[in-house]
Amino acid sequence: MGARSLTTMSPRLRRTLWIAALLAPAVLLLATIVVTPILSAFVYAFYKWQGLARVGFAGLENFRLILFQPPFSTWTYNAFLHNIIVFVALMVVQNGTAFFLAAALSKGLRLHRFHQVSLFLPVILSTVIIGFLWKLFLNPLFGLVNQTLIAVGLASWAQPWLGQPSTALGSLILVNAWHWVGFPTLVYLAGMQRIPREILEAAEIDGAGEWTRLRRVVWPLVAPSTTIVVILTFIGAFNWFELPYIMSGLEGSPFHTTDVLGLYFYRTAFGTVSSGLQDFGRGNALAVLIFLFILAVSAWWIRLLRRREIDL
Amino acid sequence: MKALLPRLGAAVLLAASFGHQAIAAELTFWSWRQEDRAVYQEIIADFNKLHPDVKIKFEAFEPTTYNTILSTALAGGKGPDLIQARAYGGLEAFAKPGYLLALDKTMVPELDNFSADALAAESMREDGKVYAVPFATQSMVVLYNKDTFKSHALQPPETWDDLIAAAKMFKGMGMMAFANGTATAWQNEVLMGGIAPSFYGREFNADLVAGKATFEDKRFVDALTKLTELKEYLPTGFTGVDYPTMQQLFISGRAAMIVAGSFEIANFRKQNPKLDIGVMPGPAPTKGAPRLVSLFVDGGYAINAKTPYKDDAIKFIRYTATPRFGDLFSNKLGNVSPIKGVKIEDGLLAEVAKVNASSAPYVMLVNFRYQEPTGSALIQTGVQKMMAGQATPAQVGAEVTKGIAAYYKPFQK
Repeated sequence: MGARSLTTMSPRLRRTLWIAALLAPAVLLLATIVVTPILSAFVYAFYKWQGLARVGFAGLENFRLILFQPPFSTWTYNAFLHNIIVFVALMVVQNGTAFFLAAALSKGLRLHRFHQVSLFLPVILSTVIIGFLWKLFLNPLFGLVNQTLIAVGLASWAQPWLGQPSTALGSLILVNAWHWVGFPTLVYLAGMQRIPREILEAAEIDGAGEWTRLRRVVWPLVAPSTTIVVILTFIGAFNWFELPYIMSGLEGSPFHTTDVLGLYFYRTAFGTVSSGLQDFGRGNALAVLIFLFILAVSAWWIRLLRRREIDL
Repeated sequence: MKALLPRLGAAVLLAASFGHQAIAAELTFWSWRQEDRAVYQEIIADFNKLHPDVKIKFEAFEPTTYNTILSTALAGGKGPDLIQARAYGGLEAFAKPGYLLALDKTMVPELDNFSADALAAESMREDGKVYAVPFATQSMVVLYNKDTFKSHALQPPETWDDLIAAAKMFKGMGMMAFANGTATAWQNEVLMGGIAPSFYGREFNADLVAGKATFEDKRFVDALTKLTELKEYLPTGFTGVDYPTMQQLFISGRAAMIVAGSFEIANFRKQNPKLDIGVMPGPAPTKGAPRLVSLFVDGGYAINAKTPYKDDAIKFIRYTATPRFGDLFSNKLGNVSPIKGVKIEDGLLAEVAKVNASSAPYVMLVNFRYQEPTGSALIQTGVQKMMAGQATPAQVGAEVTKGIAAYYKPFQK
């Protein structure tokens, strides 16, 4: 009977059912492991918690605490500010470098393949390895960085890099840039290789120099790459956790100057063995706000950036 | 991820409850001390010499996930019969929802073997009832390298001036006086715990609890000021020296002293068996004045309120409150048991126990780690900031007081 009704169905309906059947496993999987946790986080944020036990409805209390009640609110804004600094700094240092590296690589000079691979190599390494490695390098007593400075007679430049507010966050950002620069480079390189030769040659014949071509031709034409890079950097900067966790600890040492929302969320929701208690309510409230913020800004940005993209 | 946790816990719980049914008369005993498994087997064997009919199965979990696994199991009305529990705020998190069986002296007469402070650590503040039998005390002390002191013909310092003189001498010879750094947040609280109590005194602690003093009190601020005097004798770039680096500096003999928890000793000796460690309390302000260490209870053994084997569980809990258990615990695990009449064989550990006799409570853990923001979180960043020269002792005192005032009435103006 089933076979018969299938044959009598309109081809359109059959196609729809077929697609639905193919999509079902993926949708089901996503619903259980992605959508449900997100929705439950929304619900949890409105409750009072004792460990893992829900002990009562809290209304907006958790949100009030993290947004308006010092010291919780002070910690929230402090961490938020650092996320913004991280994003802006990565855009300039990491992605700026990546753009010029890609421009150089796209010339196809000698050894460009080798350079391409070596730039991308750190991206493959896990953040845990990178974090530990650089924490050792930056150790004030035995670290490679200070030892090198002392060896070349610049002993006065040796610093406790991760131990002072003036250099701690900057060091983390540079390590992150060192780790990830290969990725935006690759994205830009792909974008640049898509630009038709004629356009660049025409610009050259018109007398446009290297810089002008880069500025007036290449940059506008790699706009789709920029969209991807900006959005991914934004999401990455606001979900920043592993590197600061490994290099400066859950408290964002020294004295919260490297604290970011990811660390603050973890500390709040799960507690720390040595100082804090766990509070799922405030933790979830924080997670919900971070999620909504990233969602809203990314959506708005994608629309904005798409507008300046030009179809080739 | 967050919603996954309860599910993960549910799976563990399911496995645990099946295990339960399969072997009916066996009690399960959960712990976060995986490295102590062998010793706990010995302890259970010793217990079985007294009670051969009670079978106990020891299971250990990762320390960082232990709380989550345990609270999930207990929230579902399951979990082990015997529980290794934490102390203070960490105990209340389990006692408050009614997961633990309240113990009293008719049930466990051996509770008489403990000091009031030790029992208070395993009690709930609301009802004053004891919920676990304390197993170890830890203290914040000054550890020193005996060989280094001997080779410079130095006696371990008694007063603050002696300490500074010794530190100055080491520094003059290009040696590191202290291994301490401030990069790891919680080590700042340890540093304070090792030095400050001898300066602010036990009365300050009492006044705090009675609501008669805040952390803006002159006694506390002056004690913090003493800490800043140590800055000169900490390693170069100490603000960037983290916990593992500190440990290595002392273990390798590069630093003469370290302000540290007594819980470091076992690990230090394991890593460098040749290291001859001495232990002393923080120095006295003046000659003859009392020297105090910061003392706290590590945790206790509790009974699941829902266990079907209550009588058997009580037998084991009573055993863990006897000197017979305390001897085994101290001598095999290298921690100081709080049970009166325990004989410690190891010389250094016996010294720690002696030093612990003159103590003040480890103030933030004992009194202000029940609610957020915890005193610990506040003092850790406060001292870190102060040692970096970015806050004065008075500012730190004010900041801590303000933070705790959110939930502690006597601090509210």
